Amino acid sequence: MNTPLLSILIWLPIIGGVLVLGVGDARGDNNGNGDGNGNGDGNNNGARAALARKLALGLSSAVLLLSVPLYTQFDAGSAAMQFTEHARWIDAFNIHYALGVDGISMPLILLTTLLTVVVVVAGWQVITERVAQYMAAFLIMEGLMVGVFSALDAVLFYLFWEAMLIPMFLIIGIWGGPNRIYATIKFFLYTLLGSLLMLVALLYLYHASGGSFSILDYHRLPLALTPQIFIFLAFFAAFAVKVPMFPVHTWLPDAHVEAPTGGSVILAAVMLKMGGYGFMRFNLPVTPDASRELAWLMITLSLIAVVYIALVALAQRDMKKLIAYSSISHMGFVTLGLFLFNAHGFEGALLQMISHGFISGALFLCVGVLYDRMHSRQLADYGGVATPMPVFAAFMVLFALANAGLPGTSGFVGELLVILGAFQVNAWIAAAAALTLIFGAAYTLWMVKRVVYGAVASDKVAALTDVNRREILFLAVLAALVLLVGVWPAPLLEVMHATLEHLAQHTAASKLP
Amino acid sequence: MTAIYTVIPLACLAAALITGLFGKRIGRRASHAVAIAGVALAFALSLVVYADVRAGNLFNDSIYTWAVSGGVPLRIGFMIDELSAVMMVVVTFVSLMVHIYTIGYMADDPGYQRFFCYIALFTFAMLMLVMANNFLQLFFGWEAVGLVSYLLIGFWYERDSATAANLKAFLVNRVGDFGFLLGIAAVLYLFGSLDYGAVFAGAERVAQQSVAGPFGEWQWLTVICLLLFVGAMGKSAQVPLHVWLPDSMEGPTPISALIHAATMVTAGIFMVARMSPLFEWSETALSVVLVVGASTAIFMALVGLVQNDIKRVVAYSTLSQLGYMTVALGVSAYHIAIFHLGTHAFFKALLFLAAGSVIIAMHHEQDMRKMGGLRAIMPLTYITAAAGSLALAGIPPFAGFFSKDAIIESARHSDLWGAGYAYVAVLLGVFVTAFYSFRMLFMTFHGKSRADAHTRRHLRESPWVVTGPLLALAVPSVVAGLMFFEPVLNGALFGDSIVIAPQHDAAAQLVASYEGKQGLALLFAALLHGITTAPFWLAVAGIGGAWYAYCKNPQLPAKIAAAAGPLYAILQNKYGFDAFYQKVFARGSLRLGEVLFNRIDAGLIDDSIVNNSARTVKWCAAAARKVQTGFTYHYAFAMIVGLFCLVTLFVWL
Repeated sequence: MNTPLLSILIWLPIIGGVLVLGVGDARGDNNGNGDGNGNGDGNNNGARAALARKLALGLSSAVLLLSVPLYTQFDAGSAAMQFTEHARWIDAFNIHYALGVDGISMPLILLTTLLTVVVVVAGWQVITERVAQYMAAFLIMEGLMVGVFSALDAVLFYLFWEAMLIPMFLIIGIWGGPNRIYATIKFFLYTLLGSLLMLVALLYLYHASGGSFSILDYHRLPLALTPQIFIFLAFFAAFAVKVPMFPVHTWLPDAHVEAPTGGSVILAAVMLKMGGYGFMRFNLPVTPDASRELAWLMITLSLIAVVYIALVALAQRDMKKLIAYSSISHMGFVTLGLFLFNAHGFEGALLQMISHGFISGALFLCVGVLYDRMHSRQLADYGGVATPMPVFAAFMVLFALANAGLPGTSGFVGELLVILGAFQVNAWIAAAAALTLIFGAAYTLWMVKRVVYGAVASDKVAALTDVNRREILFLAVLAALVLLVGVWPAPLLEVMHATLEHLAQHTAASKLP
Repeated sequence: MTAIYTVIPLACLAAALITGLFGKRIGRRASHAVAIAGVALAFALSLVVYADVRAGNLFNDSIYTWAVSGGVPLRIGFMIDELSAVMMVVVTFVSLMVHIYTIGYMADDPGYQRFFCYIALFTFAMLMLVMANNFLQLFFGWEAVGLVSYLLIGFWYERDSATAANLKAFLVNRVGDFGFLLGIAAVLYLFGSLDYGAVFAGAERVAQQSVAGPFGEWQWLTVICLLLFVGAMGKSAQVPLHVWLPDSMEGPTPISALIHAATMVTAGIFMVARMSPLFEWSETALSVVLVVGASTAIFMALVGLVQNDIKRVVAYSTLSQLGYMTVALGVSAYHIAIFHLGTHAFFKALLFLAAGSVIIAMHHEQDMRKMGGLRAIMPLTYITAAAGSLALAGIPPFAGFFSKDAIIESARHSDLWGAGYAYVAVLLGVFVTAFYSFRMLFMTFHGKSRADAHTRRHLRESPWVVTGPLLALAVPSVVAGLMFFEPVLNGALFGDSIVIAPQHDAAAQLVASYEGKQGLALLFAALLHGITTAPFWLAVAGIGGAWYAYCKNPQLPAKIAAAAGPLYAILQNKYGFDAFYQKVFARGSLRLGEVLFNRIDAGLIDDSIVNNSARTVKWCAAAARKVQTGFTYHYAFAMIVGLFCLVTLFVWL
């Protein structure tokens, strides 16, 4: 490859984001006061905001289009890193600017570029304060997230990983709800604590490998069981928080509740996937023996997520909290699939990550659509939304059913494969996981019953207007993807096969010296 | 032919998409035209396929590869044999009738187009289910019909009762699907494939394998069959997963006929028949099937005796008849189960649609206590309903007689554990069935009208789009038994699509009793046998009893109810299943969720650990801050104390 495609995908949105930031009027936008738009500066600010929106849409669309060749030109038959880029960076510590993607990271990058466009469109009319900053934050975050998924150098990875927190921190802290400061600090401390332990593990690996920060070197590095277990646990701290796994999940519901819609979408759809991705990029290949040794722990925590979190979701009264808990429960299938050590499990886990990106993103967008109109997330305030908003109701029911794992939607595929994989290991694990068929449907469809169906709850609900074209656009795109992957997941699974097969072989072999 | 196979479901899907996406734009008339055209095409082509299959052309191949996982290809494909061809014809025929009927029944409904979208989508899903050649597609269709059922029960979504019923239906079905999916996972684990062909071929090998479980060693095939049957219990509403079906009557009547009587609820019966090559290896599983079916047959029929909502009577009757089919499956008379499935589809759809016709006339009143005397005003509805009731009661020569009698005879001949219980249950069930079905007929159509004056003034026979399908369904309700009794018995109808091990073949003795008879002679012998054995006289007694209690002496039922107080209350409460599930499972899990959330998530993790560590840091910081007073003499004093301590320490050591 001659074009540094991955670099473009990383730096175009970051540089573009800085550019968009420059558009924002420092005086007008920074007073952070919605009433400010009414005075003389209003027109000027309005124009700047419009420009910021258009720029953001243009940039994110360009990045999405540019990311398409990652799929079309991807060699599905190879497990090796593709679209690789390499440059020397800090020689003193043997740090390189190394990028590349395989069948694990490529679909995740596409998910990132797609959802960034969705988020920009979703924030179009809704965000009226500090528009330029808002759009810039998402663009910069997009570049950083692509960076996380494509970095092949541990230091580079770590930088992207940590830097990514900053825009999200700002998005929740500035555009968030009333309790946003508590949520952001909780979110930040939780993830930082995990990340620091990962840093320790990376430094250990740097020394153990004789001075290399190459992630692929770590994959080949023989390690005794005890250090493997410590490294595993250090990475686990970072990634389990991100997924998030029980019991380090309590930051997520708070973050979601306080985050603006766009923040929730990116958080659920992409950021959580970094946890799963981390397990696939570090824990499993770097410490395969420890992974097998500690599989019982991972499986247990995953099943707790599937069953316990589902029950907790049932008890929620806040829509966003409910979907946040649903996210945790569904991510349990990812971590479960990864530690079954068979092809069904790996494929199911990765597919579940992509599918969960569509579905949870869409559900948060649905809540956003309602919140923009009603300014409430409380289930009790809703009821009978289908009457004033029939088109919206159709979308919401579709996404809810997908969330409940209905066959024909993407939500089914990952869960099916993981359950099939689990049965190969132990029928009881499969049985516990399959409980999601009941509980997942229970909390999701009960929410639908209370929000979408029923008699119109209040005059406020009766006065709701149905989704507009802009909203239909982003909901329809996600709906199409949910159905496409559900009806024909083969094209998505195909690009993963070689990589995951390699991962399965790699984790089956011992790395003990 | 492959093209035809593909077009059959896709015609329905296309109709569903067009009416669903563009229904508002193209209007009502075009919507129903499109939906009916799609389903009519599917019906016509199903007939072609049926003829082709009877001519010996079978098919089993895939259409596309859905996914490949772990090297196992998961495909979408069709298995077209006698079993699926029969099902395709039954499904598309009933569906077509219901489509036409809907024009009349839903005429005033604002959700007209949406309704056509759903029923066309349902037909697509049901066809995918019966045409599947693999477990994945079976599950796909299985859940898709469940989805449409969910959407249609909640069709009038403003009604709280409707959305409560559809949630309940979905969740109870999901309990069944939980078992079903695990069964499928077990199939993949043991057979390495989800294709019927490969699985059936490997059944003998897997039959030798067992697994340690609770209560000792389990044969793997027993486990698989029981898990799959749990799915069937959900979908085909067998005790104790039956609770959703009566509530599903919240949906519009046409779908009660199509989905909750004729087709979807029989998916479980069809599935077990399809899996006969597996079930034949496990007598344990067959016994479970038998006992569950028999219990459903008798106990649900009894509940039907005390219902006053016309649709609920038919709903409990459906439960009971599904129990009969399940009994047939249990005694390995799969072909007879499907025979009854077919005749039941006709006469039960007929009964539901007739009930719907009555409901239209009564301005959506469903309580039979407010009906009566409709015979004179609605002659077509009455005659067709009477034909349906006679078929349901099993009076010769109506369709239900042949299929039900064959089930009872098979149960009598079976040696399986539980067969004695099942025989008694289905025999008693005949009396109860005849009683409740004629109770319904008499309460609705006979006697004096109990309707209010306003309703009575507007009473009239329903339009032809309603009565036409009634007549069309009445024909097979009368003759389907006569027509298909012989090919079912001699095996011509189902060929090799159903596998029965010789030692289980209870129906074989039934066949042997008609040895050497053909054509009219066979039918004559069957009718003669019918009227000389107990079931017929039980049915007659049931009808007579209903006549006595509801025509001759209408004060009697209330007296009996009063006399049989506790027993009556048990039936009224439907054995308490609903209350129990509501209390234990629904409220129980909600309560558990609340406790877990408050105690563990919010309490232990967030408050005790997360926030407490933050509070601890804050407290330490506050404490440390107090030391930093800013007065020099405080610091000097601290230094002196420190120095003293250190010196002491050194001196001591």
